[in-house]
Amino acid sequence: MAITGLFLISFLIVHCGLNATIFLNDGGVAFNEGAEFMGTNPIIRAMEIVLFAGLLLHIFDGLRLWLDNKKKRPVAYAVVDGSANSKWYSRSMGLLGTLLLLFLIIHLKHFWYFSRLTNDLTEAHTLYNEMQIVFESPIVVIIYVLGCISLGYHLLHGFQSAFQSLGWNHPKYSPTIKSIGAIYAVVISATFASMPIAFYFHLIH
Amino acid sequence: MEGNLNLTLKIWRQKNTQTAGKFETYQVSGISTDMSFLEMIDVLNNRLIEEGDDPVAFDHDCREGICGMCSMYINGRPHGPNRGVTTCQLHMRSFKDGETITVEPWRASAFPVIKDLVVNRSAFDRIIAAGGFISVNTGNAQDANNLPINKDNADDAFAAAACIGCGACVAACKNASAMLFTSAKISQLALLPQGQIEAATRAQAMVAQMDEEGFGACSNTGACEAECPKGISIENIARMNREYFSATFSSK
Repeated sequence: MAITGLFLISFLIVHCGLNATIFLNDGGVAFNEGAEFMGTNPIIRAMEIVLFAGLLLHIFDGLRLWLDNKKKRPVAYAVVDGSANSKWYSRSMGLLGTLLLLFLIIHLKHFWYFSRLTNDLTEAHTLYNEMQIVFESPIVVIIYVLGCISLGYHLLHGFQSAFQSLGWNHPKYSPTIKSIGAIYAVVISATFASMPIAFYFHLIH
Repeated sequence: MEGNLNLTLKIWRQKNTQTAGKFETYQVSGISTDMSFLEMIDVLNNRLIEEGDDPVAFDHDCREGICGMCSMYINGRPHGPNRGVTTCQLHMRSFKDGETITVEPWRASAFPVIKDLVVNRSAFDRIIAAGGFISVNTGNAQDANNLPINKDNADDAFAAAACIGCGACVAACKNASAMLFTSAKISQLALLPQGQIEAATRAQAMVAQMDEEGFGACSNTGACEAECPKGISIENIARMNREYFSATFSSK
C-alpha cells in the first residue's frame, strides 16, 4: 500500500499542478498545451499504463487487506470507543478509498474517456471546453467536491502512514513528514475542489 | 455509604471456546470509589458464589500493573477509559454512579476465549519463541559494562522491553494486529549489541510466526500506541519494518 500510495501521491502533484494552469485565466491555452503534451508524448503515455497498474495494485492490495483483516476478529465488539485512541479517517481508509474509486470512475468517464477513447477532442472542442461543459451541472460539482474531501482525508492518513510502513519513523524527521503530509493533503484536495467550483461560478473563462 | 457507586454491568459470559457467548447484566451496589476494577468484579463474584452461580472468569495476577495478565475491554477500550494503566490499576473513581459498564474479552481470532473474559494469549509466547532470544556464552557472567552501549539505544531498548505482553494493542487494533507487541520484542534486542547475532533472521522469523497465528495487518491508526498501558511507541513498528526489509533482502 505504501509504495503504490507514494507513487499515486507523486502523480497527484503533476495532475494538480497541470490542472492549476486553468487559474492563469488565459482561456485554457496553457492547460490545453499541457493536456496535448500529456496525451501525445510517448514517455507520458507509457507512464499512463504504469499509473493505471499502480492504481489497480493499490486498489486490489487494499481490498485484499480489508478482506483479510476482517477475518482476524470474527466476533465483533459490542462497544467500540474508536475516537478515544485514533482518528476516524485513519480507521476509514477502506471506506474513503471506495468513495474515491466511485468518484474516479465518474471522473475517468468525464475526461479520460473523452480525450483518449473518443474522437470528440478537436481544436474547436478542447479538454478545457469539456471541463466548462461538465462543470455546468451543480450535481457534478457537488460529486467532485465530495470526491476531493474523500481524497483529502485519505491523504491525511495515507501520506504519513506510507512513511511509517516503510520504516521511516525518526524523532528528527517524523514531525516534518507529518506536517508536509497534512499540508499536501489540504493543498491538493482544496486546489482540485476549487476547479469545478471556479468553472461553475464562471470565475475563470 | 455516601459516595459509593451503584452500577449496571454488562459482562460477556462464555462457557468455553466452542460455545457461543452472550452478555449477562448484573447490578452491583455500594462499590467504593477506592476499589480497583478487578476488586469490583471480586465483589460481584463473591455474591455470585454465595448465590450458587458461576463466578465471572477473568485473568489477573500481580494486581500492580506489571504482569500483563488482566485483559478486560471496558466500555469500548482495552483496560478501560484511562491511559497508561492496566485494568487492575483502573479505579472505580473513574466511573459515575448509575453508569452502565460493558465488559468484553479481548476479541481476536488469535486470542480464542477460554472462558468469559479469559483469552488464550499463548500466540504471543510462540512469537517470542520464534526469534525473541539472543546467544550468550555459558560460564561466568562477564563484567558489567563490558559492552559499550549507546545511551539512547539503551533507553529505547529499555522502553521497548517495558511491554508486559497484555495484548491491549491487539484488542485496540481494528485489524487485531500484533505489530506493536512483536515490534517491541524485536526492538529490545535489535537495539543492543547482544541482539546482533540473530538480527538477520529474527524479524523474519517473528513476523512469520505472527502471521501464522492469525493476527491482522497494520494500518497505522496508532490505536495500539494510545491504548498501551506501558506507552510502547509505534516507532518500534517502523524499526521492525526496517529490520524485516533488511532481513528479507539479505537472507539466503
